[in-house]
Amino acid sequence: MNALENAFDLVLMLALLWLAWRALAAPDLFKGVVLFIAFGLLMALAWVRLRAPDIALAEAAVGSGITGALLLSALARSRRLERDNPPPRRRDP
Amino acid sequence: MNLEPALFYALAGVGLFAIGLHALFAYAHLLRKILALNVMGGGVFLFLIAIASRAAGPVPDPVPHAMVLTGIVVSVCATGLALALANRVQATTGKMQLPDEGGGA
Amino acid sequence: MSAPEPIADHARFTPARLVTLLLVVALAAALGWAVWSLPADSPGLTGQSLAQLPGSGVTNPVTAAVLNYRGYDTLLEIAVLLLAVLGVWSVAKAEPRADDAPASPVLTAFVRLALPVIILVAGYLLWIGSFAPGGAFQAGAVLAGGGVVLLLSGGGRAALAQEGWLRIGLVLGLAVFIAVAAGTMSVGGKLLEYPPQHAGTLILLIESAALISIALTLVALFVGGRPPGRSNRGLSEAGERKDGDES
Repeated sequence: MNALENAFDLVLMLALLWLAWRALAAPDLFKGVVLFIAFGLLMALAWVRLRAPDIALAEAAVGSGITGALLLSALARSRRLERDNPPPRRRDP
Repeated sequence: MNLEPALFYALAGVGLFAIGLHALFAYAHLLRKILALNVMGGGVFLFLIAIASRAAGPVPDPVPHAMVLTGIVVSVCATGLALALANRVQATTGKMQLPDEGGGA
Repeated sequence: MSAPEPIADHARFTPARLVTLLLVVALAAALGWAVWSLPADSPGLTGQSLAQLPGSGVTNPVTAAVLNYRGYDTLLEIAVLLLAVLGVWSVAKAEPRADDAPASPVLTAFVRLALPVIILVAGYLLWIGSFAPGGAFQAGAVLAGGGVVLLLSGGGRAALAQEGWLRIGLVLGLAVFIAVAAGTMSVGGKLLEYPPQHAGTLILLIESAALISIALTLVALFVGGRPPGRSNRGLSEAGERKDGDES
């Protein structure tokens, strides 16, 4: 059983690192935010593995859910601003 | 050598911190920087909880748990405020990046 | 040159970026070496925390640490929540959702089914936090999630426009916490030193007030701006100056 737990931990850690890299390097920001939400949920799994259920509850709700909602809302607002007001053409001094 | 899973989780936390730090420097887009800050925070929390679970005793050390709980809430507050400011920067200057980050397209 | 310039900062392998990468890798290596050479036995504070648990008023060691041993941290954290809302309210105004498409019927039906359950789960998490994993922050976050879903399905805007109650709710957690802190000081103890026979009740009181504040704060952060009203004129908005302010 120990080998299975270790294998699970290893896969979880690698998935966390890989998701973080892909979320930050994604060319499309929407995809990046969605990957970040998935990253938050995997973090909640990591908290459970590290015997921290209170933190897992908080991370799943706040770190993944609320932060994801905030990011998506800001992204939508940013796209709407970009669509309505194209950036100025002049070069800043 | 103490090859326990918690130590590798701590190393993963350091790795997450490094990935977030590099992204914070490398990208100019403000939303990416905010994502990078959140990833850095996640790495630090992972490190703290891994250290807490290594402590001797029937239950993990609750004091780092309390710190990380506080940290998660403060992190989401900072993200909310940073996103409002980023939208404000875009409304004022038209671009979602800081005014002195010239050069890159 | 009519398309908006994309912030395409990916293929920039400039020397500066390479140096940054090398420095970050060096920092990660140094930190990794520090982690690797941590001593094998670390006592931590588990022993002391468990020893003081009977007098702390709760049975869950994490809740005891959050609200009793490190109560001052939590007091300041709730103040940070309030500060975040103040900051967001100073910077932006809540946008009306006039131009959005009506919410999908699946979302509306889901909200109607899920919102009572969410409120129940939040109350349960608040109560169980003294004995098992849970607590005010987790409950507040779940309640805020319910609030966000309610806003997304189109409801709740009228309730959020009740600015007086909104402000009272946002300040309630901090106010109750400071009142309890002042109370413990006034009966002769130190700051936030609960008398052991009342500690459980005081913690539950603080957590209940904090639940409302946390949920309202997170929803206010999601709304992203101050509610529209005559008395709300934030920092100078770009271009508009409302002169019809009868005061």
